[in-house]
Amino acid sequence: MTIRSPVVKIEGLWSAFRVNGVKNVVHQDLNLSIARGEFLSIVGGSGSGKTLLLRQMLGLETPMRGRVQVLGHPAGHLGRQGVAAQVGMLFQHGALFSAFTVLENIAFALHELGTLPKALVHDVAMVKLQMVGLSPAQANKMPSDLSGGMVKRVALARALVMDPPLLLLDEPTAGLDPDAAEAFCTLLRTLREELRLTVVMVTHDLDTLFSLSSRIAVVADKHVIVAASPQEVVDFPHPFVRDFFLGGRGHRAMQVMRSEISAA
Amino acid sequence: MAVFCYAAAQRVTIRLTSPNLILDIRSVVEHQQPRIQLEPGAQGDCVTLYGSWNASILAQPQNWLRLSRQLQSQAAHAMDISWDLRQVERLDHTGAQMLWNAWGRRWPRHVMLLDMQRATLSRVEHFTVEAPPPVRYTLWSAYLGLGAWLMAFGNHMQDAGRMSAQLFVDLFRLLRHPLKAPWRDVSVHIYRIGATAMPITALVGFLIGVVLAYLMSQQLRQFGADAYVVNILGIALFRELGPVLAAILIAGRSGSSITAQIGVMRVTEELDAMRVMGISRSQRLVMPRALALAVVMPLLAAWTTAAALTGAILASDLTLGMSPAYFMIALPKAVQLANLGLAMLKSCAFGLLIALIGCHFGLRVMPDTQSLGTGTTSSVVMSITMVILVDAFFAVLFKGVGV
Repeated sequence: MTIRSPVVKIEGLWSAFRVNGVKNVVHQDLNLSIARGEFLSIVGGSGSGKTLLLRQMLGLETPMRGRVQVLGHPAGHLGRQGVAAQVGMLFQHGALFSAFTVLENIAFALHELGTLPKALVHDVAMVKLQMVGLSPAQANKMPSDLSGGMVKRVALARALVMDPPLLLLDEPTAGLDPDAAEAFCTLLRTLREELRLTVVMVTHDLDTLFSLSSRIAVVADKHVIVAASPQEVVDFPHPFVRDFFLGGRGHRAMQVMRSEISAA
Repeated sequence: MAVFCYAAAQRVTIRLTSPNLILDIRSVVEHQQPRIQLEPGAQGDCVTLYGSWNASILAQPQNWLRLSRQLQSQAAHAMDISWDLRQVERLDHTGAQMLWNAWGRRWPRHVMLLDMQRATLSRVEHFTVEAPPPVRYTLWSAYLGLGAWLMAFGNHMQDAGRMSAQLFVDLFRLLRHPLKAPWRDVSVHIYRIGATAMPITALVGFLIGVVLAYLMSQQLRQFGADAYVVNILGIALFRELGPVLAAILIAGRSGSSITAQIGVMRVTEELDAMRVMGISRSQRLVMPRALALAVVMPLLAAWTTAAALTGAILASDLTLGMSPAYFMIALPKAVQLANLGLAMLKSCAFGLLIALIGCHFGLRVMPDTQSLGTGTTSSVVMSITMVILVDAFFAVLFKGVGV
């Protein structure tokens, strides 16, 4: 694969799941392409299949029809050994291994390679731990002793331990207080610039959305209705977009975005 | 490349160009393999690094062995040689850490880097910390460990005692207000623990009955004491095997599920939710299970005994030619009714024990996966051990009854 080809390419995706035997189609002929270096946010109403789209990219779900290609390979081929070097995922609730300490959680993917000596793995995990803004003193804590913000940071460090070029985030700021959410956004922005990551994020939080995204994809009516820069998306004529961005909450977040643009 | 291909296509000599293409691809693949090359230069030696230095490629055993050996051989004079990293395609933090450690955790005098590599290496420089010293095992730590173990044991006993006492309080409350009790829960548990366990207990009981009757009849025939097979089997099955077999099966089957169920409720914070709604978990979780098991265990013991007797009758008929009718007539004479009463009493105690132990370990589960696993295992092991202990206790206590 070359530098120019998209990191994620979704073509004609149909996904469906069964509830009590009734087939429920969530995505119908959905197309989306994500270029290298982008920060793409996926927004949509509750139940519109944003997280399912993310799970499709991770190969956790099988498409009913259509193709999902990640880094030039079908998404179904992810989940093999060494995939941590290609895709990092930050789950909504962290999904830390509760039986491991923080450091063991971060080092897990490296440790599983089996060859690298313990001392080196320890050093790398310690560097990642501090890269996400935690102190070495947190290394031996158990996940159940951490606060919500710390869980997210550890999960981010774990996702990044093998320096994957693609990072997927599911609701990274959900459940964090505004201060912690802001700090987490700053962290994501810095890491993305420093590590030159391609990031795909699912979020409901408009502040996070406008402060991070380089492109926004709106999922509604079972497909991506628009995927463009934040300003273009806001101007897109569609009832969902109007309700989502131009409601009371959207209005306030937009003002912040406008003032940031004018300040820049 | 593109120009070359274009020219080739113009001359339509694809066959000529294809070996070149293959060569080209191979060189690309080889190019990705991490390599170290030592080149003697005018101002001292120069080490040039090639290929991809990232975790998944470095972790391939042949790469790791080769590179770590080569780096180690340079480590002694890492300061004095100049390092050229500009040919490296991808240097991730693992690769950078490996180099940094090989450099003795400081910058060599001469390094040629790309900006991105410098950023990665300086992050590694900034964040590398010394590993904490390993914990040493001393007499003092062994002493502290013993103390911690004793405290944990005391804590267990305290919890178990409190829960049992609470159960009695709840049972008294139940007697005073029988209508307010969670009868629906009790009936659900009676069905789940009792009714659904009937096939497996019957199968196990039947097979044990067959095997025992077969072995006994073989032995007794040598002494011409065939008729006494009814006495031996009757006493053994009624008094011991029926209740104990049923209890062990239920301890494995339902004791573990009680622990796991309550343990998951802890993990998902359902226990806390019950607490803030003012619902007593002793009343809603422990009591229904204890009641259900206390009712169900004697019934299952009777059922298992019946299945075992069926097997025994069948086997005696086949090996000794003893008719089922004779067996049924001889049985009441051989086994006094007190044995049945004792078995039921014992089973009731087993049921209570299994429920209490299951709930106790379930409520002690911490919100993590490991503790759920150990809790379930300990619960099963503990309830089976306790069943056998209590059985021995009953045997001593009632040694004069029914024999």
